[in-house]
Amino acid sequence: MPEQLSPERRSYLSHLRRDTRLVHLAQVLLLVGFFALWEAASRAGWIDSFLLSSPSRMASTLAGLWRSGELWLHLGTSCLETVVGFLLGTATGTVIAVALWLSPRLYRVLDPYLVVLSALPKTALGPVFIVWIGAGPESIIAMTLAISLVVTILEMHNGFLATDAGKLRLIETMGASRRQVLFKLVLPANFATFINALKVNVGLSWVGVIMGEFLVSRAGLGYLIVYGSQVFQMDLVMASVLLLAIVAAAMYQLIRLLEMAIKKHMEGSQ
Amino acid sequence: MVQFDHVQKRYQSPNGEISALEDVTFSVVEGDFVSIVGPSGCGKSTLLSIAVGLEQPSGGQVYMDGLPASQAVSRIGYMPQRDELFPWRTIWSNVTLGLEIRGQKDEAHTRRVEELLERYGLMGFRSKLPGQLSGGMRQRCALIRTLATDPGLLLLDEPFSALDYQTRLSVSHDIHAMIRQEKKTAILVTHDISESISMSDQVVVLSARPGRVKSIHDLTELRGLSPMERREHPQFSRYFNAIWKELELSA
Repeated sequence: MPEQLSPERRSYLSHLRRDTRLVHLAQVLLLVGFFALWEAASRAGWIDSFLLSSPSRMASTLAGLWRSGELWLHLGTSCLETVVGFLLGTATGTVIAVALWLSPRLYRVLDPYLVVLSALPKTALGPVFIVWIGAGPESIIAMTLAISLVVTILEMHNGFLATDAGKLRLIETMGASRRQVLFKLVLPANFATFINALKVNVGLSWVGVIMGEFLVSRAGLGYLIVYGSQVFQMDLVMASVLLLAIVAAAMYQLIRLLEMAIKKHMEGSQ
Repeated sequence: MVQFDHVQKRYQSPNGEISALEDVTFSVVEGDFVSIVGPSGCGKSTLLSIAVGLEQPSGGQVYMDGLPASQAVSRIGYMPQRDELFPWRTIWSNVTLGLEIRGQKDEAHTRRVEELLERYGLMGFRSKLPGQLSGGMRQRCALIRTLATDPGLLLLDEPFSALDYQTRLSVSHDIHAMIRQEKKTAILVTHDISESISMSDQVVVLSARPGRVKSIHDLTELRGLSPMERREHPQFSRYFNAIWKELELSA
């Protein structure tokens, strides 16, 4: 019904649209400008493109990886490890958090150990995993688990404990069993906590995967970065970092899309 | 029908013992609407928790038709301070939550809930989410949720305290009418003296902690009047002053 809009409303809306367009334009210009400046600086010899690489050199490196088929191998390996790591971390962490919620005594016993584990820099465990599990992708996944598990447990458990006391009282007066309280109140009330844990864990899993690949691997983006730096191929290092930034952001966006889809589905089905 | 028989409650904590209720004795006749008023912290909510079976008394007992309250849970309907509708459930699945938990979501029971929604003008909102309803409508839904399991006794725990004054007046009017129409026995806990007088047949006044029964006011002469009519009744201020003085003395 565009004809019913008042002139003020129309000018407000067009301002809003123009503002959004300006922001998008600035964002694109910033990106393009940055790469253009980088390229120009390296061609003009202002910077040493052997050390700092350049967009064109990164592009030809990526094209080379693409042609040899290695691109998909490395990309796929890292993505697979990350996805397995963060799904496993989130699922296991949630299950353990449920167990701790079901048994407050167990939580009281384990609390100090969880605090220590959450304070411990998990990367210190890398060499331990390699010795225990072996120099393979299993160690890398163990690494991502170590990084994301404790955070997930603590965050989910905190969410469970923060469940509205009034709603708990209500459902208990209805004679609900502990299991019913869990499935009908505590878990649905913590949907947002869960999605948040997923989001945090995607980032943490990437940290675990790259750390793991630095220590032990024959494929993956982390492997490319370490290998590139060892043979002093900065083009390869920079190209891999760029690729990493793109896929990590894409994965985060996917979780956000998933979140919106689930929310929509929940509202739609009711 | 409901008997509070020398109910006593002491709370234990590492720092010591707190006596919340001492020797609370009174009874509620079937079909009556009884209010419990008292200064804050006098153990009103504790008394409800015991009646609803969530807590055990340290001494004495609450009986429902001769059974200890903890064994009569299925016959008690509890209405909390806020509506406590679950925001991710529709109105329909909110009001049938109690049936779902007790495994009674059969045709006879759901029919009854449908009738209640119909009667109180909420049928059109059954597939809406609670966030889409006004405060007064949500409170009516909360009462229907309580009535859905067809309890013999309703326990209302300051159910209007979260509402603003205007809404409060109209909602308490609605709820009062609904409870009368469904012919339910009800116990209302409140700290609002005029609310207790405007709604109930009897007002039980509790003293400051530890809560004891200070006096029981019989309001039978106001029976049959709506809360609004009661507020304008000549006797209203007399009752108000009497109860207010007692609370004042105990504070």
